[in-house]
Formats: sequence, C-alpha cells, structure tokens
Amino acid sequence: MQSLASTMVEHEVKGRSPWADARKRFVRNKAAMFGLCILIFVVLFAIFGNWIAVWSNEELDFNVMGQVATMGQPSIENGHYFGTDDLGRDLFSRTVQGTQISLMVGVVGAAIAVIAGTLYGATAGYIGGRTDQLMMRAVDILMSIPYMFVLILLLVMFGRSIAMLFLGIGLISWLDMSRIVRGQTLSLKNREFIEAARATGVSTWKIIIRHIVPNLLGVVAVYATLLVPLMILTESFISFLGLGVQEPLTSWGALISEGSKTMAYGTLWQLAFPLFFFVITLFGFFFVGDGLRDALDPKER
Amino acid sequence: MTRPLLDVRDLHVIFRIHSQAAMPWTKPRSLYAVNGVNFTLNQGETLGIVGESGSGKSTLARALIGLADATGKAEWIDGKDLIAMSPRQMMKYRSDIQMVFQDPLASLNPRMTVGQIIAEPLITHRPGLRKAEVKERVKAMMEKVGLLPNQINRYPHEFSGGQCQRIGIARALIVEPKLIICDEPVSALDVSIQAQVINLLIRLQRELGLSLIFIAHDLSVVKHISDRVMVLYLGKVMEIASSTDLYSAPQHPYTQALLSAVPVPDPDFDPTNTVVPLHGELPSPFNPPSGCVFRTRCPRAQARCASEVPLLLGNDQQVACHFPGPLTAAEIARARQSEVA
Repeated sequence: MQSLASTMVEHEVKGRSPWADARKRFVRNKAAMFGLCILIFVVLFAIFGNWIAVWSNEELDFNVMGQVATMGQPSIENGHYFGTDDLGRDLFSRTVQGTQISLMVGVVGAAIAVIAGTLYGATAGYIGGRTDQLMMRAVDILMSIPYMFVLILLLVMFGRSIAMLFLGIGLISWLDMSRIVRGQTLSLKNREFIEAARATGVSTWKIIIRHIVPNLLGVVAVYATLLVPLMILTESFISFLGLGVQEPLTSWGALISEGSKTMAYGTLWQLAFPLFFFVITLFGFFFVGDGLRDALDPKER
Repeated sequence: MTRPLLDVRDLHVIFRIHSQAAMPWTKPRSLYAVNGVNFTLNQGETLGIVGESGSGKSTLARALIGLADATGKAEWIDGKDLIAMSPRQMMKYRSDIQMVFQDPLASLNPRMTVGQIIAEPLITHRPGLRKAEVKERVKAMMEKVGLLPNQINRYPHEFSGGQCQRIGIARALIVEPKLIICDEPVSALDVSIQAQVINLLIRLQRELGLSLIFIAHDLSVVKHISDRVMVLYLGKVMEIASSTDLYSAPQHPYTQALLSAVPVPDPDFDPTNTVVPLHGELPSPFNPPSGCVFRTRCPRAQARCASEVPLLLGNDQQVACHFPGPLTAAEIARARQSEVA
C-alpha cells in the first residue's frame, strides 16, 4: 500500500488532452470511420496504383485503337482493368494519374486556405479596431469578385498550366476560412486565459500562436476537410470546361469530361470509373468532416 | 514611515463608447468606470476592495495591471509611475504584479497542460532558464499551492474548480511577484472550497511576504482576509479603513447600507430594523450625479451633497462624505418608509 502511494506520487500522470478526447469520439463514429477508410483506399490507389498497372498512361494500345467500343472493354486478360479511353490509352493508369492530380489540387488548395486564412483571420480578429476593419474589408472586396470568371480569365491569359490553377484556387480558398477564423477569434479574445497571458506580458504574436490558434484548430480542421472536396469540385469544373489540367496530364474532371463525350457510343466505362472515384472521395471527405465536427464540438450535439 | 508598495493618486479609467448605429464622426460617449481613486498599499498588506456590481472594482484591477487604459498616477515602491509607462518599460514590472482571475477554468487555456500554463510567466520573464529548471520550479510551486506535482501533464478540464484556482495562484506566484491582484478569486467556488483557497492565500502571503489586493463582493470573505478595506461606489472611493474599524464602526452611509445587507446565518435574526434599504439602481456611469455620487440613494442627502464633491478625509479611517457618522434609527425608519411608498 505504501509503495503504491509512493509510486503514484512519483510517477507523472499522463494527461488526457482535448485532442485525445476528440480522437476517441471520432473513432467511435461509424460513418466517419467508414469515410476515413474510403479516403485511405483512394490515397493508396493514387500512390500505389501504378505498380499494379500493366500499361503506362502514355502508351497507346494499337490492338484496341479504332475499335474501342468492342475491344477496349475492361478486362483482366489484356491488362486494361478499367478499359481504354478513346485513343486506346489504359484508363486504369489514367485514373491513377487523375486521382493524384485531383487530390493534390484539393489538398494544396485546402492547405493554402488553412495557413493563410487562419493567420490572417486570427490576426485581424485579435488586433481588432481599425486593422480588423481594413483587413476584413479587403476580404469582402476579394469575395465580391466572381472568382470563376477571374479564374477562367487567368487561365486563358497566362496559359493553361497546373501552377496557374493552384494559384487561382489558392487566391480564393482562404477568404471564407479567414472569416470563420476571425469570428472564432473574436469570441476567444476576451476569455480570461487570454487576459491572463496579456497581464503577464506575453507578446501579441505569441498569444496568437500559443493561445488563439490551438483553440481554433478544431473549427479549422472541420472546415478544411470540407474545403478539400470543394477544391476538387472547382478543379473538376474547370477541367470539365477544358481549361484546367491539360494533356498529357489529366484529372478526374478531365476524365469525366472525356467519358461523357463518348457516352453515346457504348463506352460507358470511360465515364463510370473516374466518376466512381470522384464520388466516393467526395463522400469520404464529407463523412470525415461531419465526424470531425461531432468529435471536436461535443457541446453542439 | 516607509514608502508604500503602491501609491495610487487620482486614477481615472474612462471608456469611450461608440454606439452601434452611430455615424463615424459622432463623438463617443464617455463611461466613467473609475473616477478618481486614491489609495496606498503597504508591503505585506492586504487591501480588500468591495462594492456592488458596476462600481469599478475589476476595472481598477485591470488598470493597475495595464489591461485598461488609465490616467492618473500609480507610483510603485521605486518611485516609478506604472500608468505612464510604455508597454516595454512595463515588462519589468509585470513580474512584480500578477493577477488571479475570477473564473478558475476560463482563466486556463484548455489546450495547454498544467505545467505549460504555470510555466508561461516564467518563460516570458526569465527566457534564459533551462527546460529542466523550469519544470523543477513548476513542480515546486505546484507542491506549494497544494497540488500533486505528478499531475503536471494533466489538462485543466481534469481538475475541479478549487484545484483550477490553485493552478491560477501557482501561475501568479511562479515569478515571485510582490503584489497579487485577486479579482473575485472565490466568487465562482463552493463555500467550503472558498475557505481552502482563502486560507491558502493567507498562508502564502505570510510565507512570501506578499501584498494582496483582494476584490470581492462577499463582505465576510473580505473581512476575513483584509488588513484594510476600501469601499467603491460608481468608480469613487466612499471609505477606506482598517478592517476592524470599517466593520465595527462604518462612517459612510453607503458602507452602513452595504454592511447591513450582509446575511446573518441565524434563523431567529430579524433584519427589519437593522437593514438600511437603498432605492433604485446604480446611476448610469455615463452621467454620474453631481456632487456626491451616492446622494441619489442616500438616506441623509441634503442640498450640499448635490453641489459639492465630498473629499476623502481623515487619517486612519478615511471617509468621503459631508455628513459622516452612524445612521440613526429615525433615518433608517424614514428610508424604510419611503421604500414602501
């Protein structure tokens, strides 16, 4: 008994952080875990898909060319698991490539939003006053610009490159995030623990980084997971219009666009496979986002 | 006589309030939160500050610690004026003045461990310390305030209200301050826990030779802990006296009304003839009454009270009233009657 008491005192107890609590709640959420499994599957597909593929994404299969509707169906024998596209390229490796690009667009867009939006919004909200007014009016002005129009103009003027696409999506994605973060910061900044830090003399920048941002991360994480599919949708829409990712690169939007053009000629697989991955990924992200919201904000249930 | 630790002269805090729908060029209205407060605080002494809600207690504390803009003078023991200092100059003094907050849980960052919370003032003011040494000091401080040092990695939500307030006290003490401002540190706690926290504060004060400014609206708590008590009303000092004098022989009518309202834990006690009723609400701090601010509710108010601001006079027991002295039974009865009418 004595030794138990003394070991209890000597041993540092490990704390249960709010994050650990949230993780527990998230793991218990079946829909969210299902969504997470889908996302892991899609990511693995994007990373390791090329190892399984028999054909590269650039090779043309001359046996199939010209008779895609009859010869290009999905089959295990000739290695075209998902069939071929109109030119006789292997649709499996094309889908792998499209998945890589689309996921990258989504993640990069969301990452820009998280970093720029969080810091911008937290700074505006915490400093307040005239600075806040100026910073948020700038956001209002940027938001009032019809971004799809600007994005299309950008791509037309500066050429259709993937870098330009990232730039365009990055420019618009952080605006909503900065508004959400600013609102949260306003409600946080008058809490007593912030006052305590100010009274001690912690610098403004350190208060934002050490006290404000960690308390915002829940909201940011939820919004970021919901932002990724939004970015993917935007990119797909641009690519569907033919302005986004250009050959030989491809993306889900481009693949779906090609597939839909040949739908009437009996090559439905060209639409079905990219669309399948597109849809399950969006579902996955939305499930995970919902799960995160429930896990991080237990009060709101 | 030795120099007081803190000498506050004519302290004002005025908030400029822009009404919501006003045009940008309209002048903001002024809210007089603290309106000319004078007091001194000696080393090792506890000054209690009491007053009803909106009397400026918390604002006074926030002004002293630099969280609210103030005008006037607050001379520290070395002769420097805390109010006139730039934030950079103030840094040196921030470790001398620390604060304990009202809501124990809200004053701790929920995403930081107890160790990180207590260490924050230390790493802010002594940036040269090694990590191991910081941890050592945090653990020693946790032990001192009655927390188990092995719980250093726990998070605030895993502690009870009383324990959280101990964490708050540990955070204030870690930089070895000379003055701790306690802004209603026990109002959010259970009565039994209140006693623990207050006794802890008294013990620490004796051990470390601290000065305390103790703000509360619970008069019996203030009586227990304070050497001297200051009564605030609408941002002005009504009366300052030693705790014993103030509680046994209050001179200002407001102090008497306040003290008579303290509940007596005796079911047979009949408050009818002792409680001094005060009418109406606290006047608007946007537009405080002329002369004595208390005259609108004072049972003894006369014409002179409206025209002339009473000064804080006296040596040990200072009163700001033209007609100080105990209220007579007739005055109490009259106040009671006008309340009924």
